[in-house]
Amino acid sequence: MSGLIGKKIGMTSIYDASGKNIPCTIIEAGPCVVTQIKTLEKDNYEAIQLAFDDKKEKNTTKPMMGHFKKAGTTPKRIVMEFSRFEEDRRKGFGETVDVTIFHEGEFVDVSGTSKGKGFQGVMRRHGYSGVGETTHGHNGVKRSTGSIGQSSTPAKLFKGKKMAGQMGNKTVMMINLEVLKIMPEQNLLVVKGSVPGANGSYLKIERWS
Amino acid sequence: MSKTDIIRLVEEQFVQTKDFPDFSAGDTITVFNKIVEGSKERIQQFQGVVIQRSGTGTTETFTVRKISGGVGVERIFPISSPFIEKIEVNRRGVVRRARIFYLRNLTGKKARIKEKRF
Repeated sequence: MSGLIGKKIGMTSIYDASGKNIPCTIIEAGPCVVTQIKTLEKDNYEAIQLAFDDKKEKNTTKPMMGHFKKAGTTPKRIVMEFSRFEEDRRKGFGETVDVTIFHEGEFVDVSGTSKGKGFQGVMRRHGYSGVGETTHGHNGVKRSTGSIGQSSTPAKLFKGKKMAGQMGNKTVMMINLEVLKIMPEQNLLVVKGSVPGANGSYLKIERWS
Repeated sequence: MSKTDIIRLVEEQFVQTKDFPDFSAGDTITVFNKIVEGSKERIQQFQGVVIQRSGTGTTETFTVRKISGGVGVERIFPISSPFIEKIEVNRRGVVRRARIFYLRNLTGKKARIKEKRF
């Protein structure tokens, strides 16, 4: 695997060679700094820790400041771990990883925090049809979930029953998005399709070989 | 670089902008649209009144409305579509709005648009 931390810029649409209109997302990906290398001997697992996006020193806690100073870099906003980094794309401690680790035509997985929708009912959250009508004696059931189980057998609710609750604001991964273009001077990555989250939110971009 | 600058930069990499004459809502135009059927290519003309232009940059679209066999037909064209060969402006109209959707409810003599005099 190889990966990078990015920031969602926004969406646009482009035309391919056959004239098809393709929706695409622009991601500001990297440059990331390797701030820690976890090894099997010391940490019981292998991973590379990357940091992305500058922030002010006065907004950084002293323990984190020491962590960044050790790697010889400015304080960063986001720190993420990537496991099983490929040998040929791997960088050493304190070195910079940029968007050139991806190539055009490759497929990447992009994960991020989806837009929060708050506490939502079953119709919006799970696509239920609701119960009954607005009139004819139906009262207060129009958008309700209806029956949620059977009778004295099984006399319980099965786990995972779809009900009302928090919608969105959770980690979502979009898999196999095609890399349409990389622009190394501007640190930009253009992928086909949509990615989770609002514009300006942070994303984890991974590529499995 | 701001968000819009970055998006414009990326669009410039992919989409070729063409030189079309200026037109706005109320104008009567002819769109020469390329149609690919199997291996054959032909050009179809669509003449009508522009009722809106929407969006910005390379994702801008415009809607053309015509009356075909007594039925109103509207077609939305992306302005940077590679299939648009040419746009001809046939008549410039005087309208007070950027989006003339009221035209949909009018027929016959009422649906006329005054021509612009220079």
